[in-house]
Amino acid sequence: MSEIKNVATRVGFGKALVELGAERDDFLVLDADLAAATQTGMFKKEFPERFYDCGIAEQNMISIAAGIAATGKKVVCSSFAMFAAGRAFEQIRNSIGYPHLNVIIGATHASISVGEDGATHQCNEDIALMRSIPGMTIINPADETEAKLAVRAAMEHDGPVYLRFGRFAVPVVFGDDYKFQIGKGVELREGKDVTIIATGLMVKEALEAHELLKSEGIDARVVNIATIKPLDKEIVLKAAKETGAIVTAEEHSIIGGLGSAVSEAVCEEYPVPVVKLGVNDTFGKSGPAAQLLDQFGLRAVNIVEKVKKAIALKK
Amino acid sequence: MEASVKKELQITALKVRMGIIEGVHSAKAGHPGGSLSCADIITYLYFKHMNIDPLNPKKADRDRFVLSKGHSAPCLYAVLAERGFFKTELLKTLRKPDSILQGHPDMKHIPGVDMSTGSLGQGISCAVGMALSAKHFGDKFNVYAVLGDGELEEGQVWEAAMFAGNKGLSNLTAFIDYNNLQIDGTIEEVNSAAPIDKKFEAFKWHTIVIDGHDFDQIEAALAEAKTVDKPVAIIAKTTKGKCVSYMENAVNWHGAAPNDELYEQAMTELKAQLDELQKQGV
Repeated sequence: MSEIKNVATRVGFGKALVELGAERDDFLVLDADLAAATQTGMFKKEFPERFYDCGIAEQNMISIAAGIAATGKKVVCSSFAMFAAGRAFEQIRNSIGYPHLNVIIGATHASISVGEDGATHQCNEDIALMRSIPGMTIINPADETEAKLAVRAAMEHDGPVYLRFGRFAVPVVFGDDYKFQIGKGVELREGKDVTIIATGLMVKEALEAHELLKSEGIDARVVNIATIKPLDKEIVLKAAKETGAIVTAEEHSIIGGLGSAVSEAVCEEYPVPVVKLGVNDTFGKSGPAAQLLDQFGLRAVNIVEKVKKAIALKK
Repeated sequence: MEASVKKELQITALKVRMGIIEGVHSAKAGHPGGSLSCADIITYLYFKHMNIDPLNPKKADRDRFVLSKGHSAPCLYAVLAERGFFKTELLKTLRKPDSILQGHPDMKHIPGVDMSTGSLGQGISCAVGMALSAKHFGDKFNVYAVLGDGELEEGQVWEAAMFAGNKGLSNLTAFIDYNNLQIDGTIEEVNSAAPIDKKFEAFKWHTIVIDGHDFDQIEAALAEAKTVDKPVAIIAKTTKGKCVSYMENAVNWHGAAPNDELYEQAMTELKAQLDELQKQGV
């Protein structure tokens, strides 16, 4: 087996912007004094004339992006998830969401794996906030490969897109042949006893959980949901019908994220147990990302526990 | 400005004011005071200044207008109707369930509306984005915005001012509808941002102070704006409720609709002013 590379999804974001910038000059990139961290700095270095730094003023940046989009031009704006989805929520809702403008929001440094910066910077609520905006598309890539493909797909998409990236370097799980489509989940492992539906960096943990469960004789299906909205209800309901129990795994609050989206779909159309793994309605804290993921229970072993609970709940 | 041109504008602005009263009365809700105060500014922009085409409201090279004080939608709608973007009868459907005329401007459904606004402070940033886009991509259009004086209390306005000044967005002109009243009282009573000319100048804007009901001064300010290499703030001193006696300088008419009796009175007053103008020779 070849060596697995660890790369943060935000790096995939930066690389994709540079690739797109070389292919087309009809879009602008905005940042709010975090270009080095969000990785829009890669684009800034290659195409400085197409990059605008709005300074530490996220609300203004978001509405500026809306104004650019209103003139018919594409625009990518970036900040940390906390300050994009959080601080500028109402600008996203009213200036971008309501007029359904073609703005790509590249939100990096999402959730617990921000690490040392701690609770004020660890946004566990952004998916919940963005899901509540009508017409918003939300994509939470699992690795660098998917991140790059998501940026490309967002550029072709009609309507606002919230792209969620992480700070922490995570294994590249998808090869060059991986196909990404907005709104489509991907079955990564077959299984008939239970389905683990994971997003973002929890996809790799779900794949590990599949192996751990196999050794215990449990056959767990693994589905990657990168597009949290619109949710691929077909793949979710198929899992409910064929495996009779679901575990969701996300690096986000258990309130309003993937787990909620899956629960809503399943409850209304084919009720089966849905057990949610995520951040348990609590704030984050400082520490090395890997240690925090252990402490907050966002690991394969934690998925295994939830799977056993879900199977026990099956009628 | 030629006397005949000015008279024509004054007549149009009175018709716009009648449209405002018509809409707000029909809706039994809305914001007449601040709509009447900016009526002359928006009338001038759409009838004499901006490059727009009512038959082709989305034409790519049009000048853009952003009503950052979105609650003055009745004024924008009345101007657009008077200018031919849609029928004036539509004004009576303001704020009604199946009307395109939403309580605040909706760019997706209303011909001639360039930006959805209503949440104060956001419109000026959107206008800045439009001006930045035009500069970057070499488009020749200009961007105009109207802000409220109370709106200047929103921090986002100053984020927008800082960015526009630093980028030298000379294709951006923002009117401040300075009627000195906001919902809870006078600007001074609530939380004044004065001196606003000094603030905009500190953010590298050019400022011009005018009487916002004087078409000669509006015209001269816009002409001056085209000659400077900075964004321009035109601080327009206005009267809230202008031309309707009982609404003038009365804070309670910020966001209230006249009843049938007061509606009749307002329309009678406006009609009398219109007749007087039409009776006068040039």
